[in-house]
Amino acid sequence: MRSKDVPQDESILEGHQRACYAVDEDGHYTVVASKGWDVEKVVNGVAVRDLREELEHTRQRVVAGLASPLEFHMQRCQMTPSMLAANADIWGWRVRRHLKPAVFATLGPSLLARYADTLRMTVDELKQIPLRPVDRTS
Amino acid sequence: MTAAFPHRHAAHCESGTVATLLRTRGLDISEPMVFGIGGGLFFIHLPFAKLGGFPLTAYRIMPRAIIKNLTKRLGIKMHYERFRDPEAGTRRLDELLANNTSVGLQSNIFWLSYFPADMRFQYNGHNMVAYGKQADVYLISDPVTDVTVTCPADDLRRARFARGGPFAPKGLLYYPQDIPSRIELAPAALLATRKVCKEMLDTPIPFFGVRGIRYLAKRLERWPEKLGDKVARANVAHVIRMQEEIGTGGAGFRFLYAAFLQEAASLLERPALTGISQRLTEVGDRWREFAVLGAQLCKNKESGTLVYQRLANLLRQCADGEQKVFTDLRNALR
Repeated sequence: MRSKDVPQDESILEGHQRACYAVDEDGHYTVVASKGWDVEKVVNGVAVRDLREELEHTRQRVVAGLASPLEFHMQRCQMTPSMLAANADIWGWRVRRHLKPAVFATLGPSLLARYADTLRMTVDELKQIPLRPVDRTS
Repeated sequence: MTAAFPHRHAAHCESGTVATLLRTRGLDISEPMVFGIGGGLFFIHLPFAKLGGFPLTAYRIMPRAIIKNLTKRLGIKMHYERFRDPEAGTRRLDELLANNTSVGLQSNIFWLSYFPADMRFQYNGHNMVAYGKQADVYLISDPVTDVTVTCPADDLRRARFARGGPFAPKGLLYYPQDIPSRIELAPAALLATRKVCKEMLDTPIPFFGVRGIRYLAKRLERWPEKLGDKVARANVAHVIRMQEEIGTGGAGFRFLYAAFLQEAASLLERPALTGISQRLTEVGDRWREFAVLGAQLCKNKESGTLVYQRLANLLRQCADGEQKVFTDLRNALR
């Protein structure tokens, strides 16, 4: 890649820049700061959109009473049940039970507080989910 | 030390972090040299090991291998500490920073609020340098950002002690304890380059090196019929994300290694390496073409199995190119 070809597209970097190694006019490698690349925006967009679609699907399951808000917030933090279990220091099988709405409703304050802390939110927030659909486009 | 930290922008977090740690201790070696002597270049495609639900595809060796290789080959003693207890890990980091010791940290990315929102994924293999603390905020020289950043203590604690995923950092912190007064780069570079040639060309398992690229090409061709269009597309997007985003700026690792070869040409007094560096740059450009076409597929500008064949053919061109580059490189170093 030549330094003049280093992409400078509006992308997902939010004003940050990325270092690219590219060849200057004399054939020497230099570091060129890049604002971003369309390609990166597109492929990253696929991943982000898939995550949001899954999250919206879970939100609807919570609304329908098929999943607990814990499952929604776990997924919002891009965690699997086993990751949540490891981070909250709670057995995996217990975490999986707590994803059921009926079991979640019976959780005591200390367990709720542990989950809330792990997911960086308050207990009140943990018990709720957004009323509006998750925005699928960024 | 907090006034003006000698931050330098890098393409890759691990090589950038090590280069910064060494530079602030009087050993100024470039990021490409760190990457080269650390033997960073590789290719891995593991269909059965999943990362975020996708087959693991990597364009470099495993996390932390660059640090290990480099320190071993240059005789540098790196001090590592891991912690079971986040409190203890935080106390130790604060203590080192209070002593003006800049420290390398392994971290997760999801909890780092200074990262762009759409790039925050649960990935545990990030590296950065912490060089100070003011009140409840850490001063961070993250090699992949263009300037130094600040990071709230809560972010950093969560990021350092994230558990559950692969490569959990367990609060890992590291810093060079002893750097020999005489550092011989040339023999280390020679050894490291030969090793990379060997890994790229001779690994007798089809998931690694040049064979790995061909293996990915073969699998990618079959994705649309095996997985359906949507999942196939997501898989292609993932392969490119690993190349671009985690790999930085378009086949970043190929260009980074080409930059190393260019530096090594004069270091080792082997002018042939300059030409080989140019050819690796051309292979990098082919990887970029692959990324562009893949992105068009993801944008629906291209569709049908024909695109997957064209993508696979581009991958095969990359494999052929790398095979030639590393064969010639090996011959040039005999």
